[in-house]
Parts: sequence; structure tokens; C-alpha cells
Amino acid sequence: MNKRSLLAGPYILWITGFTVIPLCIIIKYAFTSRDGGFTAENILAMFTPVHLKAMTFSTLAAVICTLICILLSYPLVMAIRRLGLRGGSFSVFILILPMWVNFILRLLAWQMILSNNGILSMILERLRLPAWDISNSKTAIIIGLVYDYLPYMVLSLHNSIDEIEDDLIEAARDLGANGLRIFFRIILPLSVPGLLSGIVMVFVPSMTSFVTANVLGGGKQQLIGNVIEEEFMVTMNWNLGSGLSVILMVFVLISMTFTARNDDPGSESKVW
Amino acid sequence: MNKTITGAMILICLLAALTGCAKGEPENSLTVFNYGLYIDESVLSQFEDETGIRIKYEEAPTPEELYTKYKSGAIKYDVLCTSEYMLQRLINEGELKEIDFSDMQNVSDIGEEYWEFTRSFDPENKYVMPYFWGTVGLLYDKTKVHGDISSWDVIFNGEYAGDFIMPNSMRDAYATALKYLGYSLNTTDEGELREAQELLLSQKKDVSAYLVDEARDEVIAGNAAMAVVYSGEAYYAYEENHDFAYCLPEEGTNLWIDCWGVTRHCENVENAKKFLDFLCREDIAWANYEEVKYASPVKSVMARMSEEGLASDAINPSPEKLAKCEVFIQLPEETTDLLSSLWKELKAQ
Repeated sequence: MNKRSLLAGPYILWITGFTVIPLCIIIKYAFTSRDGGFTAENILAMFTPVHLKAMTFSTLAAVICTLICILLSYPLVMAIRRLGLRGGSFSVFILILPMWVNFILRLLAWQMILSNNGILSMILERLRLPAWDISNSKTAIIIGLVYDYLPYMVLSLHNSIDEIEDDLIEAARDLGANGLRIFFRIILPLSVPGLLSGIVMVFVPSMTSFVTANVLGGGKQQLIGNVIEEEFMVTMNWNLGSGLSVILMVFVLISMTFTARNDDPGSESKVW
Repeated sequence: MNKTITGAMILICLLAALTGCAKGEPENSLTVFNYGLYIDESVLSQFEDETGIRIKYEEAPTPEELYTKYKSGAIKYDVLCTSEYMLQRLINEGELKEIDFSDMQNVSDIGEEYWEFTRSFDPENKYVMPYFWGTVGLLYDKTKVHGDISSWDVIFNGEYAGDFIMPNSMRDAYATALKYLGYSLNTTDEGELREAQELLLSQKKDVSAYLVDEARDEVIAGNAAMAVVYSGEAYYAYEENHDFAYCLPEEGTNLWIDCWGVTRHCENVENAKKFLDFLCREDIAWANYEEVKYASPVKSVMARMSEEGLASDAINPSPEKLAKCEVFIQLPEETTDLLSSLWKELKAQ
């Protein structure tokens, strides 16, 4: 045994204790009924209308959230690139600063902003604009998801776009390409690895989150994460909860292999 | 590589063995398991000083988590306090020891009516001792409602559409609808449950939010005119601002009662009995009431209570209203499954 594999010890211990064993337990629960016999019912339960509806809403929310994050990130990252090294890293720092605050606290702050008597409605009232009641709605959940996961998209896009050589852009400009053309022919294709890892980092957690929906949706909107949480905490049907979790994991895995397959094998996709 | 894994395994085994060794506790100790913020913690050290019994105090936030932690068996709890439906489950599973309450001096100060309530799940009063109790009702802002609030009607007739909060807990939500329809909140009749479901489905568009812990604060913050809350929460709001009031609906509601029980792991039952008796002593029960602000079943506490507290439906509801209240009993598995599928359907709508 060489020294290097010894260094992997803590990692192996960690992964075994906190990922592999719990995963096996979940899978065991998923395939047993409450009286202990084998069953596929917990897995098939995903296809009942109630669960499908929650799953559809989760997928939709995750897709919308990812799209908004992409649309917001590109202009931001382009601007950061233009700021150069010092200004750029300061902007990135400002962007990730809110991540130092606990995520529940940030959601509670959004609840304050969006509530009936909240800051948003106060501002609208002052400006004599019509009230826009989005507290406890699907819109509120998506706002919360975007706010939470936007930094991940920005950071991974920033990594790829910042690496693009200025020469490439200058050459394109010399040859008469306008800004739009430069973006679509050079920046966009070269940022694909960052975009893909950004998509994974935004899509997966927003797909599986449940706290955001609890806090900003007022318990009126069910993501699949909320259904699973209730199976564990309220109904105490751990078998069904595990079954749904397994299906969700498989779904996420499939969507991840889909993005991985489109990944350009030549370039390494860097997350940070 | 293989050796690394073997090494890891050995380490895990060693760790497991080490935790297993930590059993050499001093004999004169008592492990107490309770909800968070549910006791005046200074009474624990007072108990230690008076009796020389050392207390190990553990907490859990909800009945479900308390149950899970208890069942995991990592810590052998001697006495625990939880809600009636969870106690019922523990009794059914043989987890609680029979206790002879008759020779406990202070326990006799608990009012007979509370033993009557616990008899719904502990028919011979031999497992649990009442600790705090309360009801589920409507907390409302007097400045935002018109007329007296006395019935569940206000949350079902659309009058306060978009301005009230429903409980985000399955049984409490169905209890409001079942009671409004005049049924038992422990019903196992599928027709009655489906009728309640229809009512809740048609109510959903009017509901501002389904919340549990935040419901009270939303009303205090002025984001909703009323909310379904636990009585203690309402009394807290009332003490903050007298514009808030509590309504115990005339159709009846859920009465909950949290009790202490002694687990089957308890080796020194005398110590456990001493502790339970201590909790009912006049000064201790009062200190706990002052801390927790839920209604106490101990008569001496009620005798010391301020007029304000006595006049409040939140702390001291009238016997006529109480007569219509019911304690939750654990439902059979089929009913629980039906109820949870209805609940999911309601939430997914």
C-alpha cells in the first residue's frame, strides 16, 4: 500500500459512512412494504396523479429557475469580464457575499419582502402602482429559487468566460463581427462547459429543494421535495418516502448524464 | 487499497465499541426527555440539589422527532414528555411502564377532569401524568374582523378570503373541517372524511397560507386577520398586544394534552416518580407555567392565576366549550393512509 491510498482513507470513511450506507438503507426501505415484505409499490407510487403533479411542478420550477439564472448570468458575467482582474474579482466577491448568511435567513428575508404587508407592497403603494400580491404563490417560490442558486451559475460561467483569450474577440472584431455575432459565435460556444456545470448546480438543487416552497409558498404549493419530507416527518411512511426519493434520484441522474453527454470531451468543465 | 478499507472498517468497529462502553453511569441519575422550551430549566438543578439525583436533560422539537430519537435506542431515556397520540403509540408498543400514581403526594393536585381526558388513551390512568394542555382555535386581530368570532364558520364561508392561515399539519387541518361539519375529529368513516376534503378543497383558494410555527407571527405582523393556532400561542399574542383575541369555536375543537410517562428502560422507578411528583409541586408547577404559558392541569396553578388568564378562553375555557372538544386518538393504519393521501391531494391542488 502506498502513501497516496492512505491519504484517501478519510474520504473513503466519509463516503462509506455518510453516503454509501445511508443510500443502501434508503434503497432497502424503498423496496420493502411497511410489514417488511418485498414490494415495488413505493416506486410505482410516483405515477399516481398527486405525485406526478408535484413532480411536474418541481421539474417546471427547476427548468424556469435554471433558464432565468442563465439569462441573468450572461450579461452579468460579460460585465464582470470587462471590469478586468481587480474589479472583476471584487464583483464576484460581492455576489457571493449573501451566501455567507444562512440560507433559511435569506428565505425569511424574502418572505418579509413579499408578504402582504411587506416591503414590496409598501414600495408599490408609495409609487401609487397597483398592488401585486405574490406572497405564497408559485412566483414567490421561483424568485426564492433563483435568488438562492444564481451565484452558482454566475461562478461557473465566470470561470469559463474569463478564460477566453482577448485575442479571439479582437480578431473577430477585426474581421468585422459585431457584438451580437461575437457573443453567439465565440463567447457562447466557448462557455458551454461552464454553462453545463452551472445547469447541473442550479437544476439539481432546485429540483429537490423543499424549504423554499415551505417558506415562500406558504405550504400551498407542493414540490416533490415537500411530498417526501411529509412522508418522513408527518405520515411516517418511510417506505413510501424512500421510494419517491429513489425515483427522484434516478430522474436527476438521467438529467445529469444527459448534460454530461453533451459536454465537450476535449475541455475540462470546471465548477469553481 | 484493500487494506485501506479494512483499516476503515476496524476504525468504525472501534468507534462503535467505544460508544458502547460509555454505559458506566452513576446509579443515581435520571435521563429526562422533553420538548424544547417546555420547562423552566432552573427547576432541574433545584431537583438535583434537593434529591441528589443527577438529571441528564435531552430535548426534541416535535413528537415525531422525539419518537424517532427514542426508538433509535442510542440513549436510554427514563422519563419522557410528549403529546397524547404519540404516548398512545408508545403505550401500544409496550414502551411505557405502569406507574402507581396513588402514593404520590403532589400528583393528587392534578384535576380529575384531566385524568378523564387521558383516559381516552390510557383507560386505567396507569401510564401517563398530565403536564400541560390546550386547545386549537382561532387567533384573530380584533381591529380586522367585524362582529364576534365564535365559530369555524369564518374560515369556511369566504368572508375573510385571502386573510386567514390554516394549519400546515394534517390532523389539525382536518379537525377544523370535521368539527365544522359536526363530525368527530377521530372519525374513521370514509364518507365523512371525503366530505371534509370537499370542504377543504373549496376553501383552499381563500387560504392565505398553511403554516404552523409562523402562523402566530404572521397575525401579529398584520399579514393575516386570523389563524388557526394552539391556545398558548394565542395567549402569547394577547400578552403582546390586547388587540388580539382567541376564539374557541362553539362547534368544538381538538384538545391536546402533553403528559409524562416512564419508559421501560427506567431502572430506578422511585427516582422517576420523585421527579414527576416534583413537577406537580406548587412552586415548581407555577415556575413552569410562568415559563411555558400553557394551561396547567395542576389546581394550585389555576388558583394563583391572574384574572386575565382565568378570563381567557386560551388558558381557562368554560366547561361547556370543553365538553365539545376531543383528544386525538391514534387512527388505524387504513384511515391514516387515506387521510394522508387526501392531504397530499389537497396540498397538490
